[in-house]
Amino acid sequence: MASRTMNNSVPAAEERPAAGGRLRGLLARMPLHLVLLGFMLLWSLPTIALLVSSFRAPQEISASGWWTALTPPWDFTWNNYDAVLNQRGMGRAFINSLLITVPVTFLVLLVAAMAAYAFAWMQFPLRNTLFLVMVALLVVPLQMTLIPVLRLYTQLEIDAEMPIIGGRIFGTNSYAGIWIAHTAYGLPFAVYLLRNFFGALPRDLFESAYLDGASDVRVFFRIVLPLSMPALAALAIFQFLWVWNDLLVALILLGDPDMAPMTLRITNLVSSFGSQYQLLTAAAFVSMAVPLVIFFALQRYFVQGILAGAVKG
Amino acid sequence: MAGVTFEHVSKRFEDTTAVDDLTMVIPDREFLVLVGPSGCGKSTVLRMLAGLETITGGEVKIGDRVVNHVPAKDRDIAMVFQSYALYPHMSVYDNMAFSLTLKKMPKAEIKRKVHEAAELLGIEALLGRKPRQLSGGQRQRVALGRAIVRDPAVFLFDEPLSNLDAKLRVQTRAEITKLHQRLGTTFIYVTHDQVEAMTMATRIAVLSAGRLQQLGTPQEVYAEPTNVFVAGFIGSPATNFFRGVVRDEGEGMSIDTGDFKLRVNPGRQAPLKDYIGREVIAGVRPEHIHDAAYQPADTETDELDVQVDVTEMMGNESLLHLVAGQSKLLARVDPRTKARPGEPLRIAIDTTELMAFDPETELALR
Ligand SMILES: Nc1ncnc2c1ncn2[C@@H]1O[C@H](COP(=O)(O)OP(=O)(O)OP(=O)(O)O)[C@@H](O)[C@H]1O
Ligand SMILES: [Mg+2]
Repeated sequence: MASRTMNNSVPAAEERPAAGGRLRGLLARMPLHLVLLGFMLLWSLPTIALLVSSFRAPQEISASGWWTALTPPWDFTWNNYDAVLNQRGMGRAFINSLLITVPVTFLVLLVAAMAAYAFAWMQFPLRNTLFLVMVALLVVPLQMTLIPVLRLYTQLEIDAEMPIIGGRIFGTNSYAGIWIAHTAYGLPFAVYLLRNFFGALPRDLFESAYLDGASDVRVFFRIVLPLSMPALAALAIFQFLWVWNDLLVALILLGDPDMAPMTLRITNLVSSFGSQYQLLTAAAFVSMAVPLVIFFALQRYFVQGILAGAVKG
Repeated sequence: MAGVTFEHVSKRFEDTTAVDDLTMVIPDREFLVLVGPSGCGKSTVLRMLAGLETITGGEVKIGDRVVNHVPAKDRDIAMVFQSYALYPHMSVYDNMAFSLTLKKMPKAEIKRKVHEAAELLGIEALLGRKPRQLSGGQRQRVALGRAIVRDPAVFLFDEPLSNLDAKLRVQTRAEITKLHQRLGTTFIYVTHDQVEAMTMATRIAVLSAGRLQQLGTPQEVYAEPTNVFVAGFIGSPATNFFRGVVRDEGEGMSIDTGDFKLRVNPGRQAPLKDYIGREVIAGVRPEHIHDAAYQPADTETDELDVQVDVTEMMGNESLLHLVAGQSKLLARVDPRTKARPGEPLRIAIDTTELMAFDPETELALR
């Protein structure tokens, strides 16, 4: 091919190898793309199976494999979603999940950002030691803390009805209680991540702002937070997902079925009604919807955030 | 507007002493340039004055007020950083207005001040842009503008021109000088570039290893350096130094380096009287060594035969690397010189400009 084009006029000879080069490049990358595609399918297979099953009737699910549903005749149904959202109290659980997750995410971000700012840019005694202790908390398994926290909560219980959102004011079966617990569990990592990000912001900016007459509070809100949007968005997504997907802490601290988040509801579906497999699949998808929305809303920052963190160290 | 005083100021980081017993009075309206090699503590001096670094010992005063424990935000000081340190997420206008909004100045007045400063610096068209949309020179102007709008008591500059290309640097240099004349505020300017120091300063402070070596006008530090360090640091290319013994025989006083003898001008003999028969360090600036064929008419010179090693023709002048026995000399001579590498040359050294220093203390003899 190359030898034949040699005889052509000069411009054509230049164009052709370029086009051929692109084709050759594509061919050369083909195996890689195939492998990637294979992994992608393999990775998403369980999710696809779940999705397909969630639209099938219970008797079909037990009679044939999910893949048979992909060929005609199609008889998909909304019944599972209908049952989950309306008849099993899942709507309330959905709201409960939001009631738990959204405040926790905001609390973690706010407290962690303030702590990280102090650790990165303020001078105070034992700064490094305290930071080290904070990071060391990362290795404490959450499970180990459950019993002490539970005992503490029963002792500190304030047994009165919380207005509007319900539950106790504080203790077990209280939203405030689970907010604080989740926030505490989330803080070590959040502080660590943000401190490193803040620490990599150029020192000159802070000094310039101080000389311009800014206090630490001003610098925090006017300089640090706007410049740290990528890190904050990434952290928000992680934190949201962790709390949204949490089962253990909710199981321990929220016994009241009216306060249970989706994760708790979904497990109860399995245990209390035998294997209601069809409901489980629909419930799982309802539970996945919100994190997906959050992820796609923030994904621009999310990807950027990871890169920014990587480059700045 | 205020003067600045350093009284026995020192700064120690864990194991290094960055600034050592610095005493310096900077009157109001002065353009003081702090100059010295990298790591000599220039930035540290500036940062202590700005309140960005604690002071280990001594007192820093702005006007009559001791500011050792006054936080940076209350010192009424503006600083232009080498990196410019513009707030990347704010527009040029907001960058310049930032300090004024913090002072709770009325909006209309902020607007007037920002536009005034922008006009002065020729950046009015850029006010809506973000810093990343500006060239280096434009950023530099915004950084200047941000300092100007504040009407601070003292302006600080830490190597503000080092990120600009050579041409822009010369231009901005002149503009900062003009700005100083116009604002009539105390300027303290850090640089390691002695050309910047000589051209801009009303007075120069030469620092080395955390110690103040000399404080004086550009003419003083050039013509009467207090020690070997200042003589070598100020002036470009650097001064030639030789060790030699002072002799006083027959035809008059001279310094004998072993390779050649430098006659001491009668006007410069008095401080050398105590050193007769002893060693001194002699210093000759390259611009005071001429090609004997093209020497200026009105000076007293001492002629000498040397060997030419390398020549650098610059057009307006020529640099000659010369060898005399074991000694090497650098000369900056008339461009018409006929000197060629490897050939002998007769040079004329201006004896009225000969410098001499004590070999132990390295202090100037005068
Ligand atoms: N935060 C710090 N911790 C420890 N040592 C420091 C610190 N800041 C500066 N030093 C040391 O203090 C000395 C003076 O530093 P400084 O930054 O003032 O030098 P400089 O004259 O500004 O140099 P340059 O021209 O390179 O900017 C140096 O030896 C430096 O290593
Ligand atoms: Mg410096």
